[in-house]
Amino acid sequence: MRQYFDEELADLDTSFKEMGLLVSETLGRAVQAFLDHDRATAQEIIDGDKAINQREIALEKKTFEMIALYQPVTTDLREIVTVLKAVSVLERIGDNARNIALSTIHVKGNKRVAAIEEKVGMTGSTVAKMVSDVLDYYVNDDAVSAEAIAEVATSVSDVTGEIREMAIEAMKSDPELVTASTDYLVVAGYLKRTSDYVTDIAEWIIYKRTGKIVELNPGMSSFI
Amino acid sequence: MAEKILTTENVRLYYGEKEALHGINLDYDKFGITALIGPSGSGKSTYLRALNRMHDLTDNVTVNGTFLFKGQDIYAPSTDTVELRKDIGMVFQQPNPFPFSIYDNVAFGMRISGEKNKAVLDEMVETSLKQAAIWNEVKDDLHKSALSLSGGQQQRVSIARALATSPEILLLDEPTAALDPVSAHAVENTLMQLRDKLTMIIVTHSMAQASRISDRTAFFMNGDLIEANDTKKMFLDPDKKETQDYISGRFG
Repeated sequence: MRQYFDEELADLDTSFKEMGLLVSETLGRAVQAFLDHDRATAQEIIDGDKAINQREIALEKKTFEMIALYQPVTTDLREIVTVLKAVSVLERIGDNARNIALSTIHVKGNKRVAAIEEKVGMTGSTVAKMVSDVLDYYVNDDAVSAEAIAEVATSVSDVTGEIREMAIEAMKSDPELVTASTDYLVVAGYLKRTSDYVTDIAEWIIYKRTGKIVELNPGMSSFI
Repeated sequence: MAEKILTTENVRLYYGEKEALHGINLDYDKFGITALIGPSGSGKSTYLRALNRMHDLTDNVTVNGTFLFKGQDIYAPSTDTVELRKDIGMVFQQPNPFPFSIYDNVAFGMRISGEKNKAVLDEMVETSLKQAAIWNEVKDDLHKSALSLSGGQQQRVSIARALATSPEILLLDEPTAALDPVSAHAVENTLMQLRDKLTMIIVTHSMAQASRISDRTAFFMNGDLIEANDTKKMFLDPDKKETQDYISGRFG
């Protein structure tokens, strides 16, 4: 009997990881498209968001079924709860990728600031890597690394703070930079929010591993 | 639409004057597991036993309604109940091995239908024990008394005995109720392995068992069929409030 449950749990795990990889890759592409002023890719990302949402719904449905049919306890329950919680977070990360893509479509054609874009690009790479790292921690049940990701989130928060300062300076110096700088603010904000979401997933990985509910986000809740 | 192997229509069963089943309509696809659940006295076991005419030998019981096994009337006067029970086998709550060897237990059904060829018997005994997922535990002791086995092993030998006549339907009346959790688990595993090649109808008092192993669940109460549905639907979003109350333990 156990083997059938284990197979379903393994399937659930695989689907969750697949969705995670899709989201991580989408976020990476969204940031790259923003930097490349690549409207076509941005549009693809916007159109692809529905597929991410559908995966979330399918995974949620599967977890409900597994809870109803198998009444799981202990580590099994924690694993299913972790997927159920983390899958909503992944979906929101997907929404952020879509929002960055929307900004890409806005910003096209406006005057831009290379120094800020470079920083946005670096932050984007960092955050996309955080998403794929946290999935590795999930796969390896690595609560220690999961906990350490909070420090990366803090550094992301520092960098997005710098982007904010630079964007404000740019706006002050040249009114023609106001449109682009507003988008820098927005994109940096989405990236910061995404890195907070990654810490939320890390919290659930710790729960899955240890059964303890922890708070890794040290209350930095300002948008940027 | 999937092929129906068994259909039952307007099943009414009387103990003397008293009507115990009030017109049950249920049919079964080929293969898979249907769980019959419901409180004690709901009629689920009574209904199950009617499917291979187990009430024939009980005085004072009248069975009405249509029972068709692959289109054939189960209650037709011409139906041979020995043949019928080869096609529609039964496993009971108490493991009931006969007081002889494991081999002779499993070979029993084939021998009474006249099979004498040892090679044929050997092969069928082995296949049945394998299907019942107990071969590896007993293959070196086939001539040991079946009564020396543990409860879970006895129950799987009983399942092997039922499988040895190549039934198309297996009726199981609370097959794990008398077993410890580990043995019950082994029996559940056996049933899961058979679900792709056999139609099984299982009466169970364990909601957890019904939800774990069945494809479809039928809920009986006071001699009525309240609801029959896909097991996922029954356990997540049943149509009837009575089903919901029973499954979530509010009564019964």
